[in-house]
Amino acid sequence: MDRFVWTNGLLEPHEDLKAQQHGIKIYDGEDKTPFEYGTLILTSHRLIWRDHKRSDCVLALPLSQIVFLEETESGLGKSAKIVVHLNPASPNRPPGPVASSQNSYIRLSFKDAGETEFHRRFTEELARRSWEMTQADPAQQQQAAQAGPTGARRAGIVGIERKLEQKRKETDQTISVAFEDLSNLMEKAKDMVGLSKTIAQKIQDKQGAISEDETVQFKSYLLSLGIPNPVTRETHGSGTNYHMQLAKELSQVLQQPLQECGGMMSLADVYCRVNRARGMELLSPDDLLNACKLLEALNLPIRLREFDSGVVVVQLVSHSEEEVVRETTRLVEESGSLTAEELSRVASFSVMLAKEKLLTTEKKGLLCRDDTVEGLRFYPNLFMTKPVIEA
Amino acid sequence: MAEFQWPWQYNFPPFFTIQPNKDTQAKQLEAWCLLVLSYCRHRRQYSLDVTDAQDSPLFHNKKIDRKLPLDAVYTVLEELRKKGNIEWTDPKKRNRCLIMWRTPEEWGKIIYQWVTSNGMNNTVCTTYELVNGDDTTSQEFHGMESWLLTRALQTLQLERKAELMGSEGVKFF
Repeated sequence: MDRFVWTNGLLEPHEDLKAQQHGIKIYDGEDKTPFEYGTLILTSHRLIWRDHKRSDCVLALPLSQIVFLEETESGLGKSAKIVVHLNPASPNRPPGPVASSQNSYIRLSFKDAGETEFHRRFTEELARRSWEMTQADPAQQQQAAQAGPTGARRAGIVGIERKLEQKRKETDQTISVAFEDLSNLMEKAKDMVGLSKTIAQKIQDKQGAISEDETVQFKSYLLSLGIPNPVTRETHGSGTNYHMQLAKELSQVLQQPLQECGGMMSLADVYCRVNRARGMELLSPDDLLNACKLLEALNLPIRLREFDSGVVVVQLVSHSEEEVVRETTRLVEESGSLTAEELSRVASFSVMLAKEKLLTTEKKGLLCRDDTVEGLRFYPNLFMTKPVIEA
Repeated sequence: MAEFQWPWQYNFPPFFTIQPNKDTQAKQLEAWCLLVLSYCRHRRQYSLDVTDAQDSPLFHNKKIDRKLPLDAVYTVLEELRKKGNIEWTDPKKRNRCLIMWRTPEEWGKIIYQWVTSNGMNNTVCTTYELVNGDDTTSQEFHGMESWLLTRALQTLQLERKAELMGSEGVKFF
């Protein structure tokens, strides 16, 4: 508490106001102080506290005195607090409200909430270290020079604390730089989707002129990309209506790809595909699942289906079980015998799906299994088709 | 002795995995039961040691490198027991079983048929000459173990077609 100085509450010319919060009580360490209800002002250089009732009672704490912050969450009958850890008081400071104090920290109690936002700003300001850049004051400079060699590499707990603080700041900075890039990407994503659509359109128009395989492939990539107006919570609200609209969108987007890959797709694949198509309005797995559960009720041409093993897929309604069984039997008969891996290679769908299809077909009695250390292999069910005793 | 004719299933790898599909499994077990009985019949085998049998060609096809697992062997044997074709000599441990590729009733009929066709009705003969005598070398029951013969004759006795005289002799009517 002895680091505070009296002030008139006016900002210095180079000082900027950063945040303000009323209803703040100051504790000196764990002890109560007479400064029970005031407005806390964060500037680029100082932390200022102004009493609500007595407007001439204004305290200031230079940000350079602060080592680091700690947040304490509110509890039953307790307000949220920020604990401000401080450097030792400098001997030749201007007069303050308390001559000396045992505590090396103060606590700011947020009676009227607002601690999260304030804490964020506070941390940002500390990381910015604006006070270092405008140390034009010769007295301060001198002070800094004196503190120089000892201040820079202070030993003991304070030194360690400082080091930790510095590391944390670096991490903070790295993270904010990283996310800056991401937000840039988000901004550009819309343009990218738009661009890909234009290209797709152009290619579509010139369809006759294109013959090379690559161009055709590129075109198909572009066409499978991008949903012009994705259904979002913003546009369609929350709850069932949102999921219903989403289900409709899913059935539109997925019909074509489902036909291409044999009528069935695992939910994980659907999730990836849909989110790639949506570009930036990403879907949560939960929303996708909820939307898929509504497919049947809405009588859409695709359905959610759960296998006995718990594998969940999305499939075309036209893609009946009989069809799966017939197709799988045909493939196994063609090769003599197949494992799930082999079937997935032959028919180009995932191993998981291949296994489900084989098991379904086995259940229908059209395949039988050979279970060895080398793996599970499926054969046409000769037990049922060939007589027990050959004539 | 002629080479045993293995059924087609013996060279079909899934034959050596118990099938989870019930319908398929029923067909599979049917084939196994037939194989076990015909194999024992071919070798004139009247009993089976489970451990030995598992390593014998019956349950182990070296050519396709498939072996029927032990629990599956028991599944097959239990199926045979239900049909009355085998009997455990040690029901608790189930290490050894008696094999009847024909039931005692069937054996009785075959023996009685042979007796009638040889005009031996109303005569007495020893059990030894019946199964080991020169007259029966061409018959299927030649060399039959005495426990099974006794059971076969007992079924005839119930039908009043024969009468056992002690454990060594029998009179046919």
